[in-house]
Amino acid sequence: MTSNMIRVILPPHLRNLAHAGAEVTLEIEGPVTQRSVLDALEAHYPMLRGTIRDHVTQQRRPFLRFFACEEDLSHEPPDALLPDAVVSGKEPFIVIGAIAGG
Amino acid sequence: MSKVRVLVGTRKGAFVLTSDGKRKQWDVSGPHFAGWEIYHVKGSPADPNRLYASQCSGWFGQIIQRSDDGGKTWHQPGTPPGEAAAPAGPPKSESNKFAYDASPETGKPLTTHQWYDGKQHPWEFKRVWHLEPSLSDPDGVYAGVEDAALFRSTDGGQNWQELAGLRGHGTGPRWQPGAGGLCLHTILLDPSNPNRMFIAISAAGAFRTDDGGKTWKPINRGLYSQYIPEPTAEIGHCVHRIAMHGSRPDVLFMQKHWDVLRSDNAGELWKEVSGNLPTDFGFVIDVHAHEPETIYVVPIKSDSEHYVHDGKLRVYRSRTGGNEGEALTKGLRQRDCYVNVLRDAMAVDSLDKCGIYFGTTGGQVYCSADAGDSWAPIVRDLPGVLSVEVQTLP
Repeated sequence: MTSNMIRVILPPHLRNLAHAGAEVTLEIEGPVTQRSVLDALEAHYPMLRGTIRDHVTQQRRPFLRFFACEEDLSHEPPDALLPDAVVSGKEPFIVIGAIAGG
Repeated sequence: MSKVRVLVGTRKGAFVLTSDGKRKQWDVSGPHFAGWEIYHVKGSPADPNRLYASQCSGWFGQIIQRSDDGGKTWHQPGTPPGEAAAPAGPPKSESNKFAYDASPETGKPLTTHQWYDGKQHPWEFKRVWHLEPSLSDPDGVYAGVEDAALFRSTDGGQNWQELAGLRGHGTGPRWQPGAGGLCLHTILLDPSNPNRMFIAISAAGAFRTDDGGKTWKPINRGLYSQYIPEPTAEIGHCVHRIAMHGSRPDVLFMQKHWDVLRSDNAGELWKEVSGNLPTDFGFVIDVHAHEPETIYVVPIKSDSEHYVHDGKLRVYRSRTGGNEGEALTKGLRQRDCYVNVLRDAMAVDSLDKCGIYFGTTGGQVYCSADAGDSWAPIVRDLPGVLSVEVQTLP
């Protein structure tokens, strides 16, 4: 089975929780999808479990979005393949928090 | 010489304030978990260096943090302190997983409660309001959550199990959220009886278990709430806080939405003791560490104006277990003051003289080292204070 090195950018609060830098690299075996990337992220950084996807429903938390290649992938099915540029490592998969002012 | 450690949860992080027994000079540590809402931080009576904190965010949900060194360092239970897990390691942490018990074994898995519009609404976990460590086991801790339920961990916060008998005892489908949500915010453990505890929910009321959390009963007789259709109903009262003195666990004091009350029989019957308070609306209530009949409240103007009455920050002390209150004002702002003191934001130490502490929505944390006679700010400009706890250390 082939594996790919996927770049993931985390928002600052999650970097702090994970004791990680702004960008982490994950090795993904098999299809590169939202689900496989997030599964690998949580396997490497278990303190992030429940912070991006709800523990029970596995749904994306409502104030988080997933971007890549200048596209909003937040509403794509979790098992849809991510863009080739993400699979090749040219572009990162971005987890970003909704902007709130005040 | 004894020391005190004050644990402060705010809208934007946690702070640890420490002093010697004089309680004049303070060291301030923080913000811990900067930028996150810290609803509550509390230390274990069995091991004062063991602290638990509820960290949450509208974006990222609930996090449980633990310190084993008195707040110097923190980690999420189940993950190595200060480190990411080894890349090859399996996921370990479920310390932020609060899954409602819907198993057939609990008899009546509840899936809905009453919503603001009177319709039934699914139970949805939102956050941990209050953490109550076990009196005897550092790894034991209870969590009161929104939507209202009680969880327990017996492994230092790594895993949580719901005590489902509370939601399932019969009135659960009629519980309705207050303006702040359907939150279980108060947990009192009876030091003389490990099977008895008291909890309170806004806006369901107070409940008691006598069998370690398996079964529960509402204890709201004597409460009168004009704002609900049946003012003396079994449930539906917006209880804001309950307090107890450890030497007399059958005597409870309550700050309800409106009204200050006491019970002398473990909640079987309440009677109003608001007495001469300028307003009997408020959130906090606490009991002097050495005088079980001396209680403290902070009157708030009204349910529609959540700030102190008349622009004056006044703590009221009753030395008679209610009714006869005296305003404590020395050192507190007596004009142009419009802060609130939230339900978990008052605490007492066990030094002699007893220290009283409270935090405001304006970011001040006050200390009285003489049981309320005079006050001084420890800090003035923190983010809005959500909770204050204090540990008396050797």
